[in-house]
Amino acid sequence: MNFSLLIFGDAGWGDEMLMAALMTLAVSAAAYFLGIVFGSISAAFKLSRFLAFRLLADFYTTLVRGIPELLLIYLVFFGGGIFLSKIGSFFLGREGFIDLPVFVTGMVCIGFSSGAYCSEVIRGAVQAVPRGQIEAGVAIGMSPFKRFLRILLPQVMRYALPGLGNVWQLTLKHTSLISVIGLVEIMRQSAVASGSTKEPFTFYMVAGLLYLGLTTISNRGFSMVEIWANKGVRTV
Amino acid sequence: MNFELMLESFPKLIKGVPETLFLVLTSLAIGFILAVIFAQMRLSKNRAVSGIAALYVFLFRSTPLLVQIFLIYYGSGQFRLFLKDIGLWVFFRDPHFCAILALTLNTAAYTCEIIRGGIQSVEWGQIEAGRAIGMSPYKLFQRIIFPVAIRQALPGYSNEVILIIKSSSLASTITILEVTGIAKKIIAATYSPIEVFVISGALYLCMNFIVTRIFEFTEKRMSPRLYRKKQKKAMAPAGA
Repeated sequence: MNFSLLIFGDAGWGDEMLMAALMTLAVSAAAYFLGIVFGSISAAFKLSRFLAFRLLADFYTTLVRGIPELLLIYLVFFGGGIFLSKIGSFFLGREGFIDLPVFVTGMVCIGFSSGAYCSEVIRGAVQAVPRGQIEAGVAIGMSPFKRFLRILLPQVMRYALPGLGNVWQLTLKHTSLISVIGLVEIMRQSAVASGSTKEPFTFYMVAGLLYLGLTTISNRGFSMVEIWANKGVRTV
Repeated sequence: MNFELMLESFPKLIKGVPETLFLVLTSLAIGFILAVIFAQMRLSKNRAVSGIAALYVFLFRSTPLLVQIFLIYYGSGQFRLFLKDIGLWVFFRDPHFCAILALTLNTAAYTCEIIRGGIQSVEWGQIEAGRAIGMSPYKLFQRIIFPVAIRQALPGYSNEVILIIKSSSLASTITILEVTGIAKKIIAATYSPIEVFVISGALYLCMNFIVTRIFEFTEKRMSPRLYRKKQKKAMAPAGA
């Protein structure tokens, strides 16, 4: 192994790998945010009074949790491109293939999949809030929005935190799959670097260490937030 | 939707199912044995032994499977001459071997934690009872700890099996033509992602459905007492 390949600047790949790690972080954060949005909507659907909404949300989570993310990425990447091209040629009269930006594709795919995991976490957290508290809110005449804002949201956030931390770890690891469609994150950069230096082991090792660092640091972050959120809550 | 294409791609995609199942079953079988060993190590009183197992679990759970697969398949190329010398290159040259190795090591790490949880949930009194009647540590594990732990660990393990079925799709990135690999090939050739996705997605859903059913059935078979108890409780609720 030749570690001089990892120095910063033009001679080494150190700065490129670090930039790639930032890209991983960016796409993970975007996908995670999207996942929480999808997850909240789907959790609301799951707790809905209407059967159709519940079925729709169940369909979403079963589908996503049963189908490989890689397959989903291929679908959105190729399917999205074809869809865009059709729109392009129909409305703008532009011929030829329009590619969906890889960042957006990756974000949508991974967000869609982490949304399914989030939805279970959030649903559980909502159900953990005692019914009596909601009833108390109704009794003193809070509007549904105010009940959500003042009673549900603060507690749901606290209950959901450990589960959401797990989903974050999953999301972070799943973003490595986006490399197959060419987004230059850790895995893609490692592939490029090992292709040109003929030292794949070195670079995939570095990739592994970067992921290790990202997961460890963010894990620490989540447990700190958890401690902060549980301040003033009596525990056993 | 092009139904003709769907009909056409169905037999092609179903040819990938045995490959997927082969990857999954082999790595699950070996991974499970490894996991039992690692779980034992993890619970060992010897700090060094439990530390090694904990480090293994930590490393494999906090890096993506794709990194592990690439590290083994492409990374081994860096040591080709050395591997040739000791005669292991035939294995590392083969993508099947590499995919199975990566999946095995990966599932062993996750399963280790599931089994550890199961072992730790065994009531201490039962272990004491076994000791009191003079069971050897091996017999104690075989007759008391393991059967009880497995029952506890089963729901968690069924999740892990589904995750591995999904993860086996990553083998397509190192040229293996299992369901996802074939799907990608057909999509690239026909540019009809939706049709191919519907079929291959349905294949995965079927596999997962069968797995969950098998586990549900096994769970009921393994602890019939528990289910009978629940029924009784439901019939006679208070103070029974």
